[in-house]
Amino acid sequence: MKVKVLVTPKAAVLDPQGAAVRDAMQHLGMPEVHSVRIGKYLEIEVDDKTPNLDSRLNDLCRDLLSNPVIEDYEVVK
Amino acid sequence: MKFAVIQFPGSNCDQDCLAALNGIAGVNAEYVWHKKTSLAGYDAIVLPGGFSYGDYLRCGAIARFSPIMASVVEEARSGKLVIGTCNGFQVLCEIGLLPGALVRNRGLHFVCDLVTMRVEVADSAFTHGCAQGSLLRLPIAHGEGCYFADETTLRELNERRQIVLRYATVAGRIDASANPNGSVENIAGICNREGNVFGLMPHPDRACEERLGSADGLKIFQSMIETIVATKARAA
Repeated sequence: MKVKVLVTPKAAVLDPQGAAVRDAMQHLGMPEVHSVRIGKYLEIEVDDKTPNLDSRLNDLCRDLLSNPVIEDYEVVK
Repeated sequence: MKFAVIQFPGSNCDQDCLAALNGIAGVNAEYVWHKKTSLAGYDAIVLPGGFSYGDYLRCGAIARFSPIMASVVEEARSGKLVIGTCNGFQVLCEIGLLPGALVRNRGLHFVCDLVTMRVEVADSAFTHGCAQGSLLRLPIAHGEGCYFADETTLRELNERRQIVLRYATVAGRIDASANPNGSVENIAGICNREGNVFGLMPHPDRACEERLGSADGLKIFQSMIETIVATKARAA
């Protein structure tokens, strides 16, 4: 099965990359854009018969794929 | 006195650290490959700068799972001195030996410069050779050196005097004009609560000779050496 993981910067964390893209969008004719935040999207192919898959995936997201100090994550199946 | 300089795939300041340390009388610094699992016999541990694992995912995110890191954590918990410069600082934050995290520079640019910082804590194991409030000139070279910590963590860092270095103007003022990367409160280097683990984005390893523009890095390494000598004398 394919598992999708979204990693996003926490609201309190500065995202200068997002701000630069927002500015570019405004310059390119979309002044209505207020904010852009940039995160990561991962597609993971995994054997769905694995025991405790959900909790192990969550552990992986917490320990490796995201840094809980600056990021949130979401697992989408 | 033996220093271990950890080499990860992608470290690129390991040679600078080794040369700087071995230039100090009485110091024997050696490389330790990241696949090793023991740091027994070393008096201090250095996590050098660079781009461990290509900075993939996040800076330091993959290096923290290197086999040697379990030993780094163990030695740190036992009180051994651990210093992480640049990428080494990022690894120490990722593994949780230091609080907070380092994110993309506010200006988005990689910053390579010789900058000024103020010694905020002059009785630490890493800075007691400096006067309180004195200024150090050290090089920085990073794209992800913007220190971030939430408000609670910042308050604790301030209360427990863990903020060791802050970016400052040449006049010693802490303001936005002196901040090269957007770090909260101009933070350039912090230590853990116990005071034996220190992380900083600047490179003391690249500033141990006047002909390199500054020899202020020696003050940090000399402070470490004096701390180790004093600790050994107390134990004897």
